[in-house]
Amino acid sequence: MADRHLLEIKDLVTTFRSDGKEFNAIEGVNLHVDRGEIVGIVGESGSGKSVTMLSSLQLIASPGRVAGGEVYLEGINENLLSFDSDSEQMRQVRGGRISMIFQEPMTSLNPVLTVGYQIQENILLHKDVTPEEAKKRTIEAMKMVNIPDAETRFDYYPQQFSGGMRQRIMIAMAMAPGPDILIADEATTALDVTTQAQLLEMIRDIAKKTNTAVIMVTHNLGLVARYAERIYVMYGGHIMEASGCKEIFHNTKHPYTRALLRAIPRLDDPKDRILIPIDGLPPVPSQRPPYCPFYARCEYRCDACKENTDYSLREVGPDHWSSCILTQAQLDEKAEELSHKDYGASPERRQNSEYCLKVRNVRKYFPVYKGMLRKKVGEVKAIEDINFDLRQGETLGVVGESGCGKTTLARCIMRMYEPDEGEIIFGGRDIAHFKDKELKPVRPKVSMIFQDPFSSLDPRQSAGSIVGESLLIHHLTEGGSDYERRVDELFRKVGMDPAMKDRVAHEFSGGQRQRIGIARALSSNPDLIICDEPISALDVSIQAQIINLLEDIQAELGISYIFIAHDLAVVKHISDRILVMYLGRVMEIAPCDELYEHPLHPYTQALLSAIPVADPVVEEQREAVPIQGEVPSILKRPSGCPFHNRCPRATDRCRQETPQLRDIAGNHQVACHLV
Amino acid sequence: MARYIFQRLGQTLLVLLIVSFLTYLLVDFLPGDPIAAMTGGEISGETYERLYYEMNMDKPVLVRYLLWLKDAVTGNLGMSASYHRKVADIIGERVPVTIYLSLLAFIISVPLGILFGIISAVKRGSASDTAVTLTANICCCLPQFWLGILFMYVFAMKLGWLPSSGFVWPHEDFVMSLRQTIMPVLCLAIGGIASITRQTRSSMLEVIRQDYIRTARSKGLKSKKVIYVHALKNALLPVITLMGLRLGGLVGGSVFVENVFVIPGMGSLLVNAITSVDIPLIQGCVLLIAVFSCVINLITDIVYVYVDPRIKMA
Repeated sequence: MADRHLLEIKDLVTTFRSDGKEFNAIEGVNLHVDRGEIVGIVGESGSGKSVTMLSSLQLIASPGRVAGGEVYLEGINENLLSFDSDSEQMRQVRGGRISMIFQEPMTSLNPVLTVGYQIQENILLHKDVTPEEAKKRTIEAMKMVNIPDAETRFDYYPQQFSGGMRQRIMIAMAMAPGPDILIADEATTALDVTTQAQLLEMIRDIAKKTNTAVIMVTHNLGLVARYAERIYVMYGGHIMEASGCKEIFHNTKHPYTRALLRAIPRLDDPKDRILIPIDGLPPVPSQRPPYCPFYARCEYRCDACKENTDYSLREVGPDHWSSCILTQAQLDEKAEELSHKDYGASPERRQNSEYCLKVRNVRKYFPVYKGMLRKKVGEVKAIEDINFDLRQGETLGVVGESGCGKTTLARCIMRMYEPDEGEIIFGGRDIAHFKDKELKPVRPKVSMIFQDPFSSLDPRQSAGSIVGESLLIHHLTEGGSDYERRVDELFRKVGMDPAMKDRVAHEFSGGQRQRIGIARALSSNPDLIICDEPISALDVSIQAQIINLLEDIQAELGISYIFIAHDLAVVKHISDRILVMYLGRVMEIAPCDELYEHPLHPYTQALLSAIPVADPVVEEQREAVPIQGEVPSILKRPSGCPFHNRCPRATDRCRQETPQLRDIAGNHQVACHLV
Repeated sequence: MARYIFQRLGQTLLVLLIVSFLTYLLVDFLPGDPIAAMTGGEISGETYERLYYEMNMDKPVLVRYLLWLKDAVTGNLGMSASYHRKVADIIGERVPVTIYLSLLAFIISVPLGILFGIISAVKRGSASDTAVTLTANICCCLPQFWLGILFMYVFAMKLGWLPSSGFVWPHEDFVMSLRQTIMPVLCLAIGGIASITRQTRSSMLEVIRQDYIRTARSKGLKSKKVIYVHALKNALLPVITLMGLRLGGLVGGSVFVENVFVIPGMGSLLVNAITSVDIPLIQGCVLLIAVFSCVINLITDIVYVYVDPRIKMA
């Protein structure tokens, strides 16, 4: 690193204090950014990627503290960390030369100040302009990020905007003073996939036009594959590997990066690909070993790894750096050995021709009440005209963006809601309008796995009683030792030690909690399990474990799954068929490969195109299907085809007539006039 | 906006109606004969008869209430039995004194409370935070009458710096008025300072953790500006509620202080009225305190709309 870079971070160390003990959240991070380039920093939660960025700007809040290292920015000859956090120099850098956008658009803007004020404030701070000029530039910045009616919206408050719009405002705010570097810290993680793609495209375009460098901090390997030019992979407070984007994905050196790439499902996977999970859990910062933090989970580990405490980056190729001490020959040898290791074949599905579930014309509206007398003023058309079948032992993936009615559908099938209309034929009987008493024998046969493993388990109940509760409710055991035996068996089935059944939820990690959630769902011997985003709250390296577990269980017990998620890659990996929903209606149903290769509905095409694949070469060849606008609120569903106002091919017919689901070929159904 | 205020106004009137009804029912709740109670007892049979009809005792309670309310709205709250004067006149003399003292105490306690709250929140964990928090916690639980007696003992009796009791208006005798009001105002203000400090501190700590504060800092704003522009406006929302509650309570809450320092305000009036079972006077006082509280609540709600744009939209 001979010549000076735009930003250079050297040996950065940040410590956190907890329970009176100090530990390093990041230890000696080195990275650099050049003018106009897009750099990706990827890592799982707790890997220290955000801490690195916040530390370099001295934004780390107590109990964190930057304990050492140097940060240099072009044009400033001193170490930025030598300035006081609240000093003039540091404040000019912050926001003026390096600005930042954060993950949560809903909470990152001040709710009591207008967005105009908040953007203008940033311009006035860093540019020597009059307030009138600043206001003009604010409106320009708002137009730059495609906010309609920028002049009027100047006086709006953040809560008058949707999530995607708020993130646009954050971008306008960050870019308004013309910074050299924009740090996007998980900036699009909380948004819908189509919005995410729009925003990242926009950030890239603006950055390239203004020659601004972008640092993308994310856990999503697909995003960096699509957008980043250079990538840093972080784990346990260290940079494990750094190189150009293609190098990282196609000439992967570090065992951690290799393991990560083998663990994540991809949109272009063949159906039978098995995910190879990374065993174990990421290290807790306070208990990190002095040697390589990945050692305990590494398949390439050898004794030398444990003795080596200097695992700083070393050059392993042209502009390719890795912290692993193994030589290329050692890595190759080990990789060869691993390639013969038997990870077990992808479990065979025992699909049956019998139907587990048939859903016919299901509709659920929610009334909207207003005023003092709670008068009904309208209704939210949550779902309507839902039709699909599910065979025994089959997995149906349900995908769609926020507000598409995925959860309402799940709750109708669970009969937590009574549908207003339609039939739900389960086990040969229409349960759509069953009374509570009639439902009692049906309840154990349908269970659910929830999204958030942290809030879906009772914090005061032991894991054993959470799992065993439905055994008791439905009188499925003979009591006493039989109950204990069943609970133990369920624990073992989800890969947990029954000895842990007396612990309470917070003593488990996220992955373990989700296993408990699965054991709970299995306890009543269900025929159907509805998995509502079961892995989206988990770390990438844990996700594969859970996906494999779900697949194994299905193969063993022949249970049917309805797998709800917004991540199409995961859905595609686990499902036999996929149902695409948009604003409460079914857009398309097709077998997995068919849907991926020949998506017919324009919405499905846009959705697929919006999801990045963790492979830069594939990404380059993919055709981008642009999509306009954001998912409208379910309260304002357009008439006719709900997608017509965002569809590039919409005709007058689409605006007036709602397309019905039609059979196209074999198993493929689509609701579009144009197909 | 106008609709919101209109709605709140309607709710306030409803509350006042209910309170006034309950106040009126005082007469019927009391043990013994209401006429005897209203007049203080010793009257002849003829007077009793006359009063019986004058006070509409022959009519049903709801009718009596409406008649009383009609009078009350026009400012006629009846005759005080113990003072032998019109209730409205007595209250008219006393109210300004109490409002004067209460407002002074309020004006002192708000800025000081907010300031101490900010200091201890911003310097969380430091010695100054510990000192402020500890003092605020202690002051919160000090009873006013005890504080009053303590002040009186120290400053009036031992040191002799201040007069121990009495009240004159500042336009009558400025220096004397100042010397007389220092102790009662302090007694009234200390609890307010302490509770506003505590509330400001905790809501400030809550706000400082929010994402938008991090955003503000990432823009390169000065710490002071982050605190006073971005954080304070959010942190003050619960403090405004508390201020409204305190202000609403000050008129009724000055009972102890006014008694200790012998100040002719509403508080001492109410105590006198109760001890001499002067029903019309009690009714007048309670009604006034209720009106005062309701109006303050209404003002608080309206202020809220201006400070928190989220309410306007809801």
